[in-house]
Amino acid sequence: MADILIYLETAQSSDGAALKKPAAEVATAGRALADALGGRLVAVITGSVAPEGVLGRHGVDEVLHVEGDAFGRHLLDAQAAALEAAMADVEPASVLLAATVLGKELSAFVAGRTGRALISDATSVGADGTQVVASKPKYAGKAMAQIAATRPSIVSLRPNAVPAAENPREAATRTLAVEAPAARVRLREVVPSAETQLELTEADIIVSGGRGIGGPDAWDEILGLASALGAAHGASRAVVDAGWRPHAEQVGQTGKTVSPKLYVACGISGAIQHLAGMSSSKVIVAVNKDPEAPIFKVADYGIVGDVHDVLPMLSEAAGSFLAG
Amino acid sequence: MKIIVCIKRVVDTETRVKIGADGKSIDLGGVQFITAPYDEMAVEKAIQLRDEAGEGSVTVVTVGPAAATKELRTALAMGADEALHAVTEEHLGPNATAAALQAALGDRAFDLILCGKQATDEDDAAVGPLLAAGLGLPCVAFVHSLTVAAGHAIVEREIDGETEILEVDLPAVLTAQKGLAEPRYPGLKGIMAAKKKPLESVPAEVTDGPTEVRALELPPARSAMVTIEPTPAGMQTLLTALRQEKKVL
Repeated sequence: MADILIYLETAQSSDGAALKKPAAEVATAGRALADALGGRLVAVITGSVAPEGVLGRHGVDEVLHVEGDAFGRHLLDAQAAALEAAMADVEPASVLLAATVLGKELSAFVAGRTGRALISDATSVGADGTQVVASKPKYAGKAMAQIAATRPSIVSLRPNAVPAAENPREAATRTLAVEAPAARVRLREVVPSAETQLELTEADIIVSGGRGIGGPDAWDEILGLASALGAAHGASRAVVDAGWRPHAEQVGQTGKTVSPKLYVACGISGAIQHLAGMSSSKVIVAVNKDPEAPIFKVADYGIVGDVHDVLPMLSEAAGSFLAG
Repeated sequence: MKIIVCIKRVVDTETRVKIGADGKSIDLGGVQFITAPYDEMAVEKAIQLRDEAGEGSVTVVTVGPAAATKELRTALAMGADEALHAVTEEHLGPNATAAALQAALGDRAFDLILCGKQATDEDDAAVGPLLAAGLGLPCVAFVHSLTVAAGHAIVEREIDGETEILEVDLPAVLTAQKGLAEPRYPGLKGIMAAKKKPLESVPAEVTDGPTEVRALELPPARSAMVTIEPTPAGMQTLLTALRQEKKVL
């Protein structure tokens, strides 16, 4: 039991299926863990996708492909059956997958059904001898725990925490026949959101607005800067509670915990719950008219000024800077 | 409609975390405790479902220290009918928490189990699906909308910016995302009534969890801030630093 199994989510669209962004990160972490334990790295994928090239590039030795209509869309019972079939085949020391909404649900559900140790939302994973050890944030990132699994484990990895690295090889593919279980959860409908933006937890750059923006009508300033930087856009809890923006955009303890490469906080004072959700960002830029705002305590770059002056100025500068 | 709601006593989200003397847990000195915010949403939704149906009951259950009686009483004051307390002073990991909940529930009959999507201490988002697995029930996590019909529930959740509308057979385990319900403040009448509602305490069945916390540390301190002037020249300085020094643009 030295092999590592990774489960990779796919996204279905009109162009067919594709691996989601965290796949390369999960493969990279899986490769390093397999090397530390002296095992192989096997990936399981479901539905109609054939990404051997991508996976081989990030260090996967073998791809197990579970085909069939029941496995196309992510439904828990079918995905659990596919993952458990792959686990029975590989008998991995550890299973890695992305700590997305679906990944957190699947990892805990399968850990419960197979009696495996669960480490959820890890930011790194490694081995101490034959034991799998992971770091994971607790208290919304106010503390980091080192957790060891004393049994074979399942570890979900937070998106954007492990940088993807290449480690190319020829990945063999094998089809794994899995009978679809009775679907106790069935999809009725998928409603696309009015505006499409990259999932916040997976975005490289996030521009976030707080109450200092002044109101929903002034949100164009946030959207303008996000567009200039090629960023996703988020919001503070105060803004979501006031109904200016939807909850899906909320960053913080009762919203999303994000770790982008660059987080630009605009008109956000920095309540402790907000800081908890974003202080693991690699670089933080803060714009606020109050020089005493707590957000400046975590910022790498601080601009003391009125957001209504600074944001248009920064948007314009970014537009020409990135074009040039 | 019999609904079970799993709740957890957690440190207040306002808490400034200090590491305890054992180096593996936080210093609880002077810390305030609350019901985990998503668990409160689950309690509120359960009460609403019972009241809309005009029949049934809401049972709140927790695995936690003796002091968690406070959080159970709060749920009773909100309108839950009875409480079940599996008492342990140990801080359990996700596998052991789900196992203790399952043991406490025993062979109780229910139509639906609601949990918060995650407790705001461990942030695992795991106990709901682990419990579903243990009980052999279907599960949908992170739901922000829920209606109940004969034998099934219709739920909504957000995945990658899209809203999934799912139908799930009952009984099931569902976990609450923000938006499911806005928790009420218990009124004086509710608080008085809660004192007379049944609250059963049993020792928690604690199994050896398959994970162990080796250390708990504060996150690394961030470097000192560089001040940027709110001028066009300042913006150029910032963008250049982000590209050349930080390599994030």
